[in-house]
Amino acid sequence: MTETILEVKDLEVQYKTELETVYAVNGISFRLNEGETLGIVGETGAGKTTTALSVLRLLPERVSFIPKGEIYFQGQNLLEMKENELRKIRGEKIAMIFQDPMTSLNPVMTVGEQILEALIFHRAEKAEKAELEKRVDEVLTMVGIAADRKADYPHQFSGGMKQRVVIAMALACEPELLIADEPTTALDVTIQAQVLLMIRNLRDRLKTAMIMITHDLGIVAQTCDNVAVMYAGELIESGTAEDIFCAEKHHPYTEGLFGSIPSLRVYTERLNPIAGLMPDPTERNPGCKFAPRCPKVMAICRSSHPEDAVENTHRIKCHLYSDGITDPRKEEERL
Amino acid sequence: MILAEQEESRILVETENLKKYFKVAGGQLHAVDGVNLRIRRGKTLGIVGESGCGKSTIGRTILRLIEPSGGDIRYEGKSIINLNNSAMREMRKKMQIIFQDPYSSINPRMSVIELIAEFMIVNRQYATKAQCFNKAAQLMDVVGLARRLANVYPHELDGGRRQRIGIARALSLEPEFIVCDEPVSALDVSIQAQILNLLMDLQKEKGLTYMFITHNLSVVKHISSEIAVMYLGKCVEKATSAQLFEEPKHPYTKALLTAIPEPDIAMRKKEIIVIKGEVTSPINPKPGCRFAPRCDYCQEICWREEPAYKEVKEQHFVACHFSG
Repeated sequence: MTETILEVKDLEVQYKTELETVYAVNGISFRLNEGETLGIVGETGAGKTTTALSVLRLLPERVSFIPKGEIYFQGQNLLEMKENELRKIRGEKIAMIFQDPMTSLNPVMTVGEQILEALIFHRAEKAEKAELEKRVDEVLTMVGIAADRKADYPHQFSGGMKQRVVIAMALACEPELLIADEPTTALDVTIQAQVLLMIRNLRDRLKTAMIMITHDLGIVAQTCDNVAVMYAGELIESGTAEDIFCAEKHHPYTEGLFGSIPSLRVYTERLNPIAGLMPDPTERNPGCKFAPRCPKVMAICRSSHPEDAVENTHRIKCHLYSDGITDPRKEEERL
Repeated sequence: MILAEQEESRILVETENLKKYFKVAGGQLHAVDGVNLRIRRGKTLGIVGESGCGKSTIGRTILRLIEPSGGDIRYEGKSIINLNNSAMREMRKKMQIIFQDPYSSINPRMSVIELIAEFMIVNRQYATKAQCFNKAAQLMDVVGLARRLANVYPHELDGGRRQRIGIARALSLEPEFIVCDEPVSALDVSIQAQILNLLMDLQKEKGLTYMFITHNLSVVKHISSEIAVMYLGKCVEKATSAQLFEEPKHPYTKALLTAIPEPDIAMRKKEIIVIKGEVTSPINPKPGCRFAPRCDYCQEICWREEPAYKEVKEQHFVACHFSG
């Protein structure tokens, strides 16, 4: 039995300003096992990045609040940890890759120094400088950059190469959990294919658990074992990749997402987008968040918040499945 | 019937050996380097390629928003390359453009209705301003903007609605030809699908001709009748949409098509052709095939000689020494 490395329980995150409160994450729970990859997919403003930042406790100070929830990393509640304890986890046990590599690289330090810095911070007491230098060469080679480029500055690298440097930095301390927030969104498709292949190979080799945050269902399908679909700060559907991509029953929002992507294989005259827009995150309604845009909306959806319907690993937060997520064939038999 | 068919297949916009070089510190940057395209009336030509391949430059050069360095652009068979400013201004009523980020192409201090009416007022499309505003209000219906938004400012709107303003502005002078430069790239998938449907409906209704520039291959396949694949200022392959996806000929196109992550877990085992390296510099490019440094099939001739752009099958053009 594999061990749970990360467990998030009923997490809520709010951003408060003088004028209003933004309900960014509204009670999400998920679990990640060692060596597994979880894909968190959703559109802008769904709360994907906020979720990731709260795991690392990197939310902006003063405006962000976590009124409820627990985040267990290897059995320890991260939300109750002191800053100096957290520092031993950040970068060392949990590492993060951001969308835009330039924002996480220091423009006036060579890439070698930056990787070395992370190593000195986390590994200094265990090793000699020469050994650390060797490790820098190793990680650079691992992500496909010639070690003699470590004396170069970030601006001397292209977008794809910079993202490789950031990945090298993240993996330098051999973290047990890697959070990748849209790691390839800023890259061209052929470069994206290179980087994704590299991430996949490294993950399989190093057995790192990973959270892949993306808006691209294609990336999720190609890299993730488990998938969580987020909408307006909630996990509206989750399960194994097979549950999300192969099962017949889905949350109407998930169906809408799939209907919005033009297929490469089948010719479709028209796409089936989801009407309307994501709800205002400063408002809280009693009903289902998706009700105003839902093509299958019922009276109950507007008044009561749906519970998760569960079938094995597959969970759907929708009133349609309040009797359970049954296969249509079984339903026919019952009738 | 035959006449109608001829009418349909008539070429609206054509480029011949179109070139655009930019002078930069290191020499000449060959952004667009001898591209021949033909766009049929009422159809969509998709231009696809990665950053820096010259796809946006082509779009802008065709409208002469930037002046070409060489070659010819013909609209309905007539060259527009030597038209003077006032004649070109007349031409541009027929040729419009929609930009990727509508927010950077509109005046933030104008309200939605003013923005949509702006071109009509400037061009004196209608006798009075009131008529222009009337028409602008009708356009809001056409592009799916609620009329209650007439007096709000663009910063109050989301990306999808801003893009609808961009579309309404492009439509306001009743053009025949619209260059769509990455119009959905900044939008979320569900909003992207709304805008794509809108563009396709408008095309059907008004018989518009599109040049659709994007880096997103599934979008380009969905909307285009023909697709041109660009690499470093060159068109390396052009075919009908179905043909290109079924039988890609150029090694770059092949790699590009397998590189797309598909939303289907059955495709996990799909073999991805990962092209090595990165795009080489477009500044003073070396002779020979531009793709040679990254190509797996590269032979000696590829370094020496530039491949001709030839028809290998009906309507299927490829620029590669080893295709068909």
